[in-house]
Amino acid sequence: MAKIKGTVVVDTERCKGCDLCVQSCPQSVLELNAKVNSKGYHYSTMVKEDDCIGCTACAMVCPDAVISVYRVKTND
Amino acid sequence: MTKQDILKPENLVYQKTKLLTKNVMHYCPGCSHGVIHKLIAEVIDEMGIQNETIGVAPVGCAVFAYNYIDIDWQQAAHGRAPAVATAIKRLLPEKYVFTYQGDGDLAAIGTAETIHACNRGDNIAIFFINNGIYGMTGGQMAPTTLEGMKTVTTPSGRNHEMNGYPLKISDMLALIDGTCYVTRQSVDKLPAVMKAKKAIRKAFENCQLKKGTSVVEFVSTCNTGWGMSPHKANLWMQENMTARYPLGDIKNI
Repeated sequence: MAKIKGTVVVDTERCKGCDLCVQSCPQSVLELNAKVNSKGYHYSTMVKEDDCIGCTACAMVCPDAVISVYRVKTND
Repeated sequence: MTKQDILKPENLVYQKTKLLTKNVMHYCPGCSHGVIHKLIAEVIDEMGIQNETIGVAPVGCAVFAYNYIDIDWQQAAHGRAPAVATAIKRLLPEKYVFTYQGDGDLAAIGTAETIHACNRGDNIAIFFINNGIYGMTGGQMAPTTLEGMKTVTTPSGRNHEMNGYPLKISDMLALIDGTCYVTRQSVDKLPAVMKAKKAIRKAFENCQLKKGTSVVEFVSTCNTGWGMSPHKANLWMQENMTARYPLGDIKNI
């Protein structure tokens, strides 16, 4: 059966760690990193990479447009 | 399948639109302004009207909007954005002209300009960001502040006997003959963001249809002014703000 796999790329330097993407993710893929960027914000990061379905919910609610989303259909 | 296999240009489904500049927005983390800026930029990009669009920026947090969306901008005096937009639209009628205003700008000092621009039915789009508070100046009461809501100038909560009632300005504007489209949207969740984007597109399209003024109100959050985390502010907005300011189209002709 075809499965949808996705992944996101976060521009960590622009991320302000507002947590909205983390809360909006239906698969709980994202979390705020314990590390901080050069401005001191805990940036968003993927913790469950295999669960991402590339639905773009995180990217659409991101106020700073730091998230790019990739999605692909696989047959395995 | 590894992350590297998915990270190919042909699999890209969403990224920052080119119309947003590289400048980092000065807004607080989680501010609704960022999402609305992004949606406006995306709509302008999708419609291919970057060179035909002129924005009028307000006074308030969004005063620096010209730093973030790569189109022509004019900054107006406090509350006067609809008057300035009227002039621009009449001098350059083929352009898409919009104003971007907060509640302190549109619903307080700019009430007269807003009402008369709508009454003239000028073919402009008005984007109204309603977060129920004066964000930039430190969280004072705005005309749209909810009853019982605590602000720095109403420390025990807004009381209608003392401060009047929360002003439903979009409902007022819908009564005016000059408006063709008045809607209220939010940008807290994915479905809401998609609907808000459609409303923005419709408002821009109306600019060239000569039907009148389009008003899109965004029920937004000011998590810093409200003293909450961005997520909690969204939940509070869903529970309280939308009760007073219900989402959906108010007028669509």
